Amino acid sequence: MFGLNKKDSSFLLIVIALTIATPILLQPFAEGSELAQFNGGYPDLMQKIAIFGIFAVGFNILFGLTGYLSFGHAAFLGIGSYAAVWMMKLLTMNVIPAILLAMLVSGLFAAAIGYVSLRRSGIYFSILTLAFAQMSYKMAYSVLTPLTNGETGLQLALDDPRILDGAVEGSSLPVTNIFGLAMNSSYKLEALGRVFTFNVGYYFCAFIAILAFYVAIRLFRSPFGMMLRAVKSNQQRMTYTGLDPKPYTLAAFVISGMYAGLAGGLLAAMDPLAGADRMLWTASGEVVIMTILGGAGTLMGPVLGAGVIKYLENIFSKINESVLHGWFHWLPDGVEDVVIWIFARFTGEGWHLTLGVTFMLVVTFLPGGLIEGLRRLSKRIKHGSQKRDKYDDPDPEHRPGPGKRVAGE
Amino acid sequence: MGILEVKGVGKRFGGLQALGDVNLSIEENTVHAIIGPNGAGKSTLLNCLVGKLIPDEGSVTFAGTSVLGRKPHEINQLGISRVFQTPEIFGDLTVMENMMIPCFAKRDGAFRMHAIESIEEEAELIAKAEAMLADVGMLEKREMIASSMSRGDKRRLEIAMCLVQEPKLLLLDEPTAGMARADTNNTIALLKEIKEKRDITIAIIEHDMHVVFSLADRITVLAQGTPLVEDTPDNIKGNPKVKEAYLGETQQV
Repeated sequence: MFGLNKKDSSFLLIVIALTIATPILLQPFAEGSELAQFNGGYPDLMQKIAIFGIFAVGFNILFGLTGYLSFGHAAFLGIGSYAAVWMMKLLTMNVIPAILLAMLVSGLFAAAIGYVSLRRSGIYFSILTLAFAQMSYKMAYSVLTPLTNGETGLQLALDDPRILDGAVEGSSLPVTNIFGLAMNSSYKLEALGRVFTFNVGYYFCAFIAILAFYVAIRLFRSPFGMMLRAVKSNQQRMTYTGLDPKPYTLAAFVISGMYAGLAGGLLAAMDPLAGADRMLWTASGEVVIMTILGGAGTLMGPVLGAGVIKYLENIFSKINESVLHGWFHWLPDGVEDVVIWIFARFTGEGWHLTLGVTFMLVVTFLPGGLIEGLRRLSKRIKHGSQKRDKYDDPDPEHRPGPGKRVAGE
Repeated sequence: MGILEVKGVGKRFGGLQALGDVNLSIEENTVHAIIGPNGAGKSTLLNCLVGKLIPDEGSVTFAGTSVLGRKPHEINQLGISRVFQTPEIFGDLTVMENMMIPCFAKRDGAFRMHAIESIEEEAELIAKAEAMLADVGMLEKREMIASSMSRGDKRRLEIAMCLVQEPKLLLLDEPTAGMARADTNNTIALLKEIKEKRDITIAIIEHDMHVVFSLADRITVLAQGTPLVEDTPDNIKGNPKVKEAYLGETQQV
């Protein structure tokens, strides 16, 4: 199907089915129940999961395949957002031109930054990209205020030209739309004691995310993808095989920069404002964590990582002390205070602690990320829980044979 | 006129004269061995041939084209393939992928952006890679991860990766260094087979005299950065100058 083999096609179909059903799947708990706190099926979170999924998939094309760890990818996300908002200010509130411009501009920036940064590899490359990202952040924050509106952030205004849309009537700002269908419109369905929200913005993001994911699958399976893995594996051999690694890495850098720009453009399409904070180094670090948490170099891993982190961020940060009090009110007074105090460290403002612990556990026990965990789990289910040791590698020739008798015995 | 002509090549590292006035001509379809004691400049010479080092003086011409100032991947595209002292392969990739990469490099050149095509559709290249793997007796290992193989197999794979590019000149840098006797003999057998079956010129740097004398048609002895003598294996064996320089023997009887 669409040039994919059977395995990849069914994989893609599963992803599509999951994406379509997300508004239902993320709403497992009945409204008003104690656990309704953990429902994630609201538009803002679902959009973020899809958008950061795109961001992480793109980042993984660079980091997972070539092994070049960019620590400044958020710069492209921010650039994409600014470009998209400008398109909405100048041309039209339709999101299509905004997203296209976002990809184009961030692609150009990626080409320039990549050309310089890729002269070095390893830690020096990471530091160069970090430096460029921080420069972009500072410029957006102060120097380029006419373009970026500095610390306030770039926003829509009533007197923007919007050539294609014409003048705004009334005093409210126009909303982003796709050919007239507003991004923030939703269809709410009440069933089984739950409210399911089917939001236009989410489905638009999901559609783009599936496209982006499909392109990533093609890229992983292509000769180009193989060359990128060759870059990671052995550049010396690559050179002496008549291949020039530089254009390959630059192409990967630009492609992943464009993915980041696409994600940035979508962020602006969902909520038309762009701030310099999007370029901050913590944002760059976040995508690194997403990719590693999910499983670098795998197709599904980064999406999974993005989903888990955005879910933790949105759900855990909303659990405050009064919610905790509601959960633990049945405990004796003294014990309750202690339990709430402990839980409060990991929720609300402290959700980063939960993220840190999760990340630490995954990296320690599942170096291949959450995807490796799923893989082990399915193996366990298929083959039972037989004891496997680390020497049990897929290479039967090198298993030690039965012990040889010592001469003279 | 040989396929590879080295004229008056010199290379200094700071105060050390690693190579001085090296003249070497390698004839087409022969096996030419370069031997010499440690520090004689063998590897430096090899690095000058493949573009890793640029000689300070002299010229290196391959099949009528100067290789000086060209980058390593450009020199490879001219038809020179190199086998390293420790096998350089794509360790994270499967044996088959290791073979496909040189096939693509041969067909498409140094860079081509085919990001949407599938590898599985390249039936012609797959057949070529499989035939080459069968030639070196590794077809049944095609799905193995390259780094998990034995050193002898890695060497075999590396040679296969070079050969599938159909190079005019194959450079081997101590191909049997650090190998068990059995692996060494296998490698010698493989190289002999290559020499007989293919139109290929082989230049080999080697310490192991057993390997050199079973393969070489011509031998150049390097000592202190200059060629001492160039001759056939039989004449080299009996040459007292070589014995003195290389084997460190003085006439005692």
